[in-house]
Amino acid sequence: MLEVSNLAKSFGNRQILKNISFTLADGEILTVVGPSGAGKTTLLRIIAGLETADAGTMTLGGQTYQLSGEDRGAVGVVFQDFNLFPNLSVIDNITLAPQLALKKDKAEAEKEARELLGKLQMADKGNLYPYQLSGGQKQRVAIARALAMQPKMLCYDEPTSALDPALRDQVAELILSLKDSGLTQLIITHDMDFAKKVADQVLEVKPLEG
Amino acid sequence: MNYVFEILPSLFSGAGMTLEIFFETLIFSLPLGVILSFGLNSRFKPLKWFLNVYVWLMRGTPLLLQLIFVFYGLPIIGLTFPRYMAAIVAFVLNYTAYFAEIFRGGNQAIDKGQIEAAKVLQLTYGQTLRKIVIPQVIKIVLPSIGNEVINLVKDSSLVYVIGLGDLLRAGNLATSRDVTLVPLVLVALIYLLLIGLCTVILRKLEKHYSYYR
Ligand SMILES: Nc1ncnc2c1ncn2[C@@H]1O[C@H](COP(=O)(O)OP(=O)(O)OP(=O)(O)O)[C@@H](O)[C@H]1O
Ligand SMILES: [Mg+2]
Repeated sequence: MLEVSNLAKSFGNRQILKNISFTLADGEILTVVGPSGAGKTTLLRIIAGLETADAGTMTLGGQTYQLSGEDRGAVGVVFQDFNLFPNLSVIDNITLAPQLALKKDKAEAEKEARELLGKLQMADKGNLYPYQLSGGQKQRVAIARALAMQPKMLCYDEPTSALDPALRDQVAELILSLKDSGLTQLIITHDMDFAKKVADQVLEVKPLEG
Repeated sequence: MNYVFEILPSLFSGAGMTLEIFFETLIFSLPLGVILSFGLNSRFKPLKWFLNVYVWLMRGTPLLLQLIFVFYGLPIIGLTFPRYMAAIVAFVLNYTAYFAEIFRGGNQAIDKGQIEAAKVLQLTYGQTLRKIVIPQVIKIVLPSIGNEVINLVKDSSLVYVIGLGDLLRAGNLATSRDVTLVPLVLVALIYLLLIGLCTVILRKLEKHYSYYR
């Protein structure tokens, strides 16, 4: 279960987020919507531990975080521009962290990575480098890379913004299949159809005055 | 032809000095440049300010002046270096500044998203540096480092002003003694050879890093 309560954030004296609270059961999907500049990415970054909050707490998998940027091993992120490592092949992108952070041996990490790639219809792409992939393929590598760390929760920043309609439906299916495996997911999107298709809950982030 | 073989040993011994200065300067100034580059990006203002002044001084004055300053100038205030040591001190100080600037630019060119991606994947700072940042920085800086390395081969000839017997000095001595152009032509050929070699090695390195974009 993910529980966020009373999260608040200002940059300088500009308040961006205030009183954000929600609860997600395991395997539920929350979509975060709202106009540009409202603070959606900021919220994701706070939950992922990339940004500190001014107030609020977060509980995930029985552990409570003070939202002060501490390690959040259980949260995976699919960044808007994916942030794949250009110097590493697809397989190495996926297996680097399991080997270094989870201390898996190379063979095991690679076996799991190949399974993940198979599930994402990318079985033949393991030895390519990010520059050789299309946007949609990069995104699936980013998802595989995050999943390889066995997160309790996965966050996406506008996963459909760069995709054509057919690919968008594919991502929706992928997200729903991950839901079936019990993964909790938080998805920022501007795409209302997409949001409706996948969401159990919708969080609207509104711009604050001033 | 005989004359060529006669003077080659002295030219080669001069080239030996040139290479010694070349390698010793690189061995010290490359790692120092990497370390100082972090200081140049540091949020600790006094350190950053100090290093910026250092880089400005080193890049803003001629290396020849720095060399003379270290060997002939510093003894006046009681700091005396032997010739070779003076040359190395001056070259290392100078090249470290150039390398630090180059590495600073390289570090800044790394997308912050790379470091954030590594963070959410639970990599430590050291692991992120080793596996993500450094390989990417090397690829970025390699062409500029290559330019400096080639400059260093030629700059090493400046040590003749403090009386070190490098390649240029050996050629110059032979030319004025025997009144012939041959030694200077040979010196030029040896420099060309050394720089050709550097160029080939640098191309190889750049090729090695061209497997990704
Ligand atoms: N590091 C920062 N320092 C100062 N202000 C910031 C910082 N990051 C974000 N902001 C500001 O916070 C506000 C919210 O930004 P955020 O990126 O969260 O918006 P968003 O809802 O994701 O917008 P979009 O839909 O365009 O992606 C913006 O006004 C932005 O300028
Ligand atoms: Mg955003």
